[in-house]
Amino acid sequence: MPEAKFHVKRYDPARDAKDASRYDDFVVPYDSSLTVLEGLFSIQEHQDGALAFRYCCRASVCGSCAMYINGKYRLACQTNLRHLHADVITVEPMPHLPLVTDLVCDMSDFFAKYEYVKPWLIRNSAAPETEILQSPEERKKLDMPIDCILCGACYSSCPSVWTEDNYLGPAALLKAYRFEVDSRDEARKVRLPSWDNERGAYRCHTIANCVEACPKELNPTEGIQWLKMAAVRRRLFGRSK
Amino acid sequence: MVYHQLIVVGGGLAGLRAAVEAKAAGIDVAILSQVHPGRSHSGAAQGGINAALANHPEGHDDTPEKHAFDTVKGSDYLADQDAAIQMTSDAPGVIFEMDHWGCPFSRFDDGRIAQRPFGGAGYPRTCYAADKTGHYMLHTLVEQAYKHEITMYIERFVMDLIVEDGECRGVVAYDMTKGGLEEFRGEAVIMATGGAGRTYSNTTNAVISTGGGAAMAYHAGVPLKDMEFVQFHPTGLYTTHILMTEACRGEGGYLINGEGERFMRRYAPSVMELAPRDITSRSIQQEIDAGRGIDGKDYVYLDLRHLGAELLAEKLPGTRDLAIHFEGVDPVREPIPIQPCQHYSMGGIDTDVDGRTLMPGLYAAGECACVSVHGANRLGGNSLLETIVFGRRAGAAVVADLAGRAGGGDASAVGARAVAAVEARVAALAGRGADGQDPYAIRADMTATMKDHFGVFREEKQMREGLERLLALKQRCATIGLRNAGGVFNLDLIRTLELEGMVDVALAVATGAVARTESRGSHSRTDYPTRDDETWLKHTMAHSAAGGPRLDYKPVTLGIFEPQERKY
Repeated sequence: MPEAKFHVKRYDPARDAKDASRYDDFVVPYDSSLTVLEGLFSIQEHQDGALAFRYCCRASVCGSCAMYINGKYRLACQTNLRHLHADVITVEPMPHLPLVTDLVCDMSDFFAKYEYVKPWLIRNSAAPETEILQSPEERKKLDMPIDCILCGACYSSCPSVWTEDNYLGPAALLKAYRFEVDSRDEARKVRLPSWDNERGAYRCHTIANCVEACPKELNPTEGIQWLKMAAVRRRLFGRSK
Repeated sequence: MVYHQLIVVGGGLAGLRAAVEAKAAGIDVAILSQVHPGRSHSGAAQGGINAALANHPEGHDDTPEKHAFDTVKGSDYLADQDAAIQMTSDAPGVIFEMDHWGCPFSRFDDGRIAQRPFGGAGYPRTCYAADKTGHYMLHTLVEQAYKHEITMYIERFVMDLIVEDGECRGVVAYDMTKGGLEEFRGEAVIMATGGAGRTYSNTTNAVISTGGGAAMAYHAGVPLKDMEFVQFHPTGLYTTHILMTEACRGEGGYLINGEGERFMRRYAPSVMELAPRDITSRSIQQEIDAGRGIDGKDYVYLDLRHLGAELLAEKLPGTRDLAIHFEGVDPVREPIPIQPCQHYSMGGIDTDVDGRTLMPGLYAAGECACVSVHGANRLGGNSLLETIVFGRRAGAAVVADLAGRAGGGDASAVGARAVAAVEARVAALAGRGADGQDPYAIRADMTATMKDHFGVFREEKQMREGLERLLALKQRCATIGLRNAGGVFNLDLIRTLELEGMVDVALAVATGAVARTESRGSHSRTDYPTRDDETWLKHTMAHSAAGGPRLDYKPVTLGIFEPQERKY
């Protein structure tokens, strides 16, 4: 049976130094439909039960398995080995994030920043008895940002995140954008202070690593530029939408 | 020891909706979830959620009662009719509420929530958000959980219930990121852990859909209801079993056999591809069994080419992405190879319409529960509905049941004993180590057995063989070895501990299926091809017992719709 070679970065908090760089090699039975995630399961089941990684849907919608695979941000479940055209599959956790173990990053800062932008619809008016009307054109503005799966690839890839611990990062700002462009949202000034500041949109220097890293092919940079322009419009003309 | 009035196990749609309901009423609630709630399997739901909103031009005279009739007929009359009416009456309200919370439903030109046709439905009543409805609903409820400042214990793997004087008072959980066991105490526990699809090798379900909540309740003495009814979705991708939504057919997609024929004309001439899932899956399987799969193989085509790139981009963009990434097929230009795959557990923890189980303090909602509204076959678009209707109702029931009750939270001997029991179980597994049975070999054997012996079509001898194999696997479970006991994010520990519950859930499916000598909904027996209302219009109740499940039965609530022969 054909085989695939996996080169996997390891980190055991009980035994390795924080900045240790330890890799293990595994040979996995290969068939043409094998994904990186299936390869990791094969290793965990048959070779090294201690190998740790996140998983859930295996269908690219839950955002659990974002990793750094052969030097690129990818979802392990969505990455078929035959598309990598490589002799060795190097699997590493997303860089620039604190590690829990092996391929599992600590996402607590990521979600704290998500929470910081008040990522929920804010309304002042009384709710109607049925739905809040929204035209297809208004709804279309949400198409891009609502597909975010919060995998963290953009956040890990962003040089502004690397150099400024407080920067909210692309995913949280994309979420703020998602609500600011929703015709049903009435936050006005309530959400604004969370992103209209030095932790927020202005810290984005349009390097656009996030665009390249996103496994869902979204464009957080575009959303962040919209936020900057909205803030300027608000200052000059007193309105943001 | 950690104390909250209400412990919700599972952070998918049902668990989140329950938690929001209870928190908004002032209850101190915590969610424990194996994954971040935004990563729950609810997010994989695609096609939509049913409600008689009457927004569709062809559905202006739709009503909750018609929705209930379709649900009951779809269930092959095994659904409790009062429960079906309850769900369909609650439906419009809970969907408008999701809209008020920001759920990005697709829209008709008049600004109302868009609806599409779905299988087994008399009207186009499936509200949708492109073909990612579950993902968008899940993120909306996660957002509400943050808004309500609900405490979320993320990456906690719940291993057992704490039962005190016959009442459920908490859970024991493994802290995946820090390691070690923790005791969570509460006045009430809601199980919202999802389905058990991973007991089959050919499932559309997420890897974490292992039936853990149902297994824990079952082990604690709560019966599982109607477990033999397992839904096979007609259109799972051939190589990965990833779901291709029913919306593909709702939007006009065809099913094509190896002879290029739209074969559904022979099985459901009036509704064609929009027959309910049990009928459509059987039809595909019959084509395959008759050698009319593509090139004689075990798949047929889902053909969307005639719908055009524009419609796919607007209404089925996720489907196109999945087919490209996971099957290497672009539906704009090529038909998609599909086959029926395990998709949904109609059965589950026996509850009433408010999520109450037979054990005080224990509630259940969502796929892990069985109210029953789906009976022998669930309609597409009713599972997302079930999560928010019955999640909300379970949350409200806890609020009502805890009114006036003093909070406790004192450490008790029972809690400590429950933690010690889990520790002892882990120690025994670890003691056998590499000398014990390989849990992954048992898992592979179990999932293959379920696929091969309890599939779309069933028959006595084949099922008996399967049941014997499962009983033998259950024996092997007693001597499993755990190779890695401690540490953080210990997948060996999680996947070994969940296995025993999976085998018990599989045994409940198998035992119920062997016993039920009729064909009804998804339970289709070649040796008993007709429905037998005289004997079998009743719910199967499986009770945990030494040597395998003990079965008894309870009546179905009828009284609104007279059972008839099911034709489409």
